[in-house]
Amino acid sequence: MDLPMPTEPAPLSTLPRSVPAPRRAAPARRVRTPGWPRLRAVLLGTLSIAIFLALWQAASATHLDFFLSFDNIPAPSDVAVRAMAIVLSPAFVGDVITSCERVYFGFAIAALLAVPTGLVIGRYKVAHELIFPLCELLRPVPAIAWVPISIMLWPTDWESIVFITFLGAFFPILLNTLYGVQRIDPVLVLAARSLGASEGAIFREVYLPGALPAIFAGLAVGMGVGWVSVIAAEMISGQSGIGYFTWQAYSLIQYSDIVLGMVAIGLLGLVSSAIIRGIGRAAMPWLPAL
Amino acid sequence: MSRTKGLVEIDHFGLDYISDGQATEAVDDVSISVRPGEFVSIVGPSGCGKSTLLNAVAGFRAPTRGRVRVDGEEVRGPGADRGMVFQQYSLFPWKTVRQNVEFGLKMKGIGVDERERMARTLLALAGLIGFEDQYPDRLSGGMKQRVGIVRALATGPKVLLLDEPFGALDAQTRVIMQQILTNIWQRLRLSVLFVTHDIDEAIFLSDRVYVMTARPGRLKAEFAVTLPRPRDPDGMQEPGFLALRRELAGLIREESLRAMGGELAGGLDGLDVMLGDGSLADVL
Repeated sequence: MDLPMPTEPAPLSTLPRSVPAPRRAAPARRVRTPGWPRLRAVLLGTLSIAIFLALWQAASATHLDFFLSFDNIPAPSDVAVRAMAIVLSPAFVGDVITSCERVYFGFAIAALLAVPTGLVIGRYKVAHELIFPLCELLRPVPAIAWVPISIMLWPTDWESIVFITFLGAFFPILLNTLYGVQRIDPVLVLAARSLGASEGAIFREVYLPGALPAIFAGLAVGMGVGWVSVIAAEMISGQSGIGYFTWQAYSLIQYSDIVLGMVAIGLLGLVSSAIIRGIGRAAMPWLPAL
Repeated sequence: MSRTKGLVEIDHFGLDYISDGQATEAVDDVSISVRPGEFVSIVGPSGCGKSTLLNAVAGFRAPTRGRVRVDGEEVRGPGADRGMVFQQYSLFPWKTVRQNVEFGLKMKGIGVDERERMARTLLALAGLIGFEDQYPDRLSGGMKQRVGIVRALATGPKVLLLDEPFGALDAQTRVIMQQILTNIWQRLRLSVLFVTHDIDEAIFLSDRVYVMTARPGRLKAEFAVTLPRPRDPDGMQEPGFLALRRELAGLIREESLRAMGGELAGGLDGLDVMLGDGSLADVL
């Protein structure tokens, strides 16, 4: 990428000899209602989404085939019609619930293991030396790459997919917790000790709350990776779930369902991260509202 | 409460830093004492190890040589019998003012109601009523440090240790904080060991002032401040105060220059004349 060239300072001779007189104060601008910036943001956001959908609709309706082929791509209107028909059907709802179960279960186990592990290896050098190299060995392997092994390891489909989700969520949570502990001001630990805090109390009162912002950042990332993992695992090996639904739609030439599945996955991810953010805000009232 | 407590004895204290396998002498053979109920300051150029001494009394650092005792008992680690106030406030950001102040009491296992009652008394003493439920981030520096002082006092320590507590505050706030600290000290009658590089502050607050040399830190001088109490900030213009200030400033300037190396000190002799009395230390 080209970076803009730094501009040369103007030669002295071209600089004005005297400072120009300050401009007269600008006349008072029309006073806007306080809600305007917010309203403008909503309007502009809606506008770009509407343009996106309109272009898509036009491309599909005209079967646009110029480099990209929209021949088989369903139009937004087709997807909407299809959504009305099946979104509340037991099969679709069942797939959504199955995927949610897998993600939340895998994520919960990941959080319950990764947060304490992160706290301990952040606090104790020996624990760090013992556990961290193993983590660094396993971490670069994407959760999806575990699919074949996972199928062999676990008795059922459900367990193997939960395991994949767990793996995806575990490392971001662990690393963020570790980072959160490491960046706690050591003077706060001294302060706690000089006020009579025991080792256990320091964990509870200093390390855990001190690392909490980083932990929640890790939980948000972990939830995102958890969704990626569950969808991929369901597409590869599942017999149910929203990822399976989406892939199955492709196999069955139900093209509207593909998009419907994608939209559902997006919304589920959005809701999940909103839940984590909400819990985070409630758990950390001392942080300034974002 | 018994007022015979709070005797701090630092005996032939020495401390070496080990870095890259090399031991560097940071503090050498310092003996300092704080009598029960006394207000004692340590002043010296930066890096002279005055904070190290304080940390040793707090129990954060074990001496390489010598002993540190409080009421005859050897210091073996941090404890709530010695309250510590840090330069950067070091309040727990995730706790409200009240929760910060109650922390030491909570660690002692004191019940919620009793905790709240004790915290309220102390918060009132420091003029913090109305801010109990605020988080530290929303307070000014002066208020944060009042919370820091009150937090350290809540467990009823025998000794209060303060490490350049007002160094980050503006001049006006600092004067007010010094008065608040004096008030609290006079009411609670506990021993105070106060580290600062501000000579006026040391004289204004203390019964005795120790001056330390540049690295390795040794004891250079000890002054008794006999100015009558209660002291007034306006008293800083009076001859007794100024004479003491001049003497202390001279000693510290000597050490600051020494800390910068002999040649530089020589080179600055001319400057000293140009700048006149007392001002070089300020410029530096």
